[in-house]
Amino acid sequence: MSANGSHFVSLQGVTKRFDDLEVLHGIDLDVGEHEVVCLIGASGSGKSTLLRCINLLEKIDAGTIAVDGQTITGTKVDVNRLRQKIGIVFQSYNLFPHMTVLQNVTLAPRKALGISRSKAEDHARALLRQIGLEDKADEFPDRLSGGQQQRVAIVRALATGPKLMLLDEITSALDPQLIGEVLELVRELAGAGMTMIIATHEMSFAREVANKVCFLDAGVIHEEGPPNQIFSSPREERTREFLARVLEAGRL
Amino acid sequence: MGHFLHEFFSPLDFLRAVPQVWDGFKLNLQLMVVAEAFVLVLALLLAIVRGLPGRAAAPFRAAGVVYTDVFRGTPLILVLFMVQGFATLNYFGLSADTLFRNGVIALVLVYTAYVTEVYRAGIESVHPSQRMAARSLGLSYLQAMRYVVLPQAIRRVVPPLLNDFVGLQKDTALVTVIGLTEAVAQAGFYSSNFANYAAFTVAAIFFIFLTIPLARFTDQIIRQRERRERGQAV
Repeated sequence: MSANGSHFVSLQGVTKRFDDLEVLHGIDLDVGEHEVVCLIGASGSGKSTLLRCINLLEKIDAGTIAVDGQTITGTKVDVNRLRQKIGIVFQSYNLFPHMTVLQNVTLAPRKALGISRSKAEDHARALLRQIGLEDKADEFPDRLSGGQQQRVAIVRALATGPKLMLLDEITSALDPQLIGEVLELVRELAGAGMTMIIATHEMSFAREVANKVCFLDAGVIHEEGPPNQIFSSPREERTREFLARVLEAGRL
Repeated sequence: MGHFLHEFFSPLDFLRAVPQVWDGFKLNLQLMVVAEAFVLVLALLLAIVRGLPGRAAAPFRAAGVVYTDVFRGTPLILVLFMVQGFATLNYFGLSADTLFRNGVIALVLVYTAYVTEVYRAGIESVHPSQRMAARSLGLSYLQAMRYVVLPQAIRRVVPPLLNDFVGLQKDTALVTVIGLTEAVAQAGFYSSNFANYAAFTVAAIFFIFLTIPLARFTDQIIRQRERRERGQAV
């Protein structure tokens, strides 16, 4: 945990507008190295936008974001280099359909990091072996199941050696029986000490894997704390309402 | 009826016209290959420029818009006359005698404007999440374009590209107006020498036979790729 104040990720007053709609209002969030933070909240509460802002896929309108001791929201930031340190995985996998699994995984190491093809492929195969998909290396994404595709997407994001992973509702598009294999991979990453910020609807998973849970509603973090406190004795009325609705839907 | 058949399909004239028209048709082939090569490259560059983000690129985007508007709107035959006229000013090593070059320039000017739009449609058809995924991995804008967006975009526009390619093949016949003796000019010579139109039929057949194999070839490429990338035939 980050009691010493050296946060790996630090957001201060982050505000994001889309035209007239303010989707994030002054978000403050600190994530220590090796910490796993889960963002929960209804769709449209700003979870995805928040993750995209940390990866500079969205430009923020106010506030600052620092990653690994470096302010990334200034003007003189090497966006491409920063993104190599931050992996992001999307709900819809976003694998490149015209490339094989191996090509998907080696693209960034080869073109962005300048690693030789043979080295990049060796590394990619090793990563694929770890997730049991080495035999799919030469397949195109369309031939894989959703769970397999999402695991490849995670490996693709890991291939540049990021120090922070952002997971954006990565199981939301999956059939229920495929969710487990993806969460198992995330669990392993957490066990290996990967710093992660995870937007998720899987409450029991959040409870199990998170060091800290943040409840977002309408672009504001209404409550944050250790998972046991958030899920067992939420202080805020809105958090209670949200969790009650989730419980009704049978997702807890 | 017999008269018609004799004028357009007389076997004697047909056979006699073939070598002469073929002689001209070789020029159409050269015009087509050279012009198409330039068009495919220049139009792609222009399409990329027209999609560049940011305020700094605004003048380039605007120039691209003006270019496509002007040359898509001007009839090729007019552009041919104007290029030929421009050539007589002897800029850039052109002259009234560099007919082949002048013809290629006019074809490239007009068809680049069309093909740019085809490429642009292809680029825009690739879902933004693909570019976002590429950028999120640390690839630059141009790298994302080159390795992720363009390969998918170009694959999708192969059929419309072919369509414009066929149009270009046929429009090479128009350069006859600046005095290049290609297939149609040769057929014209033949018909005025022998008072028979069979030579035009010959020229038509040459053009038709050029496009058919190309169309089949493209169909095949598309099918092969589909099969390779999808689990089963859809």
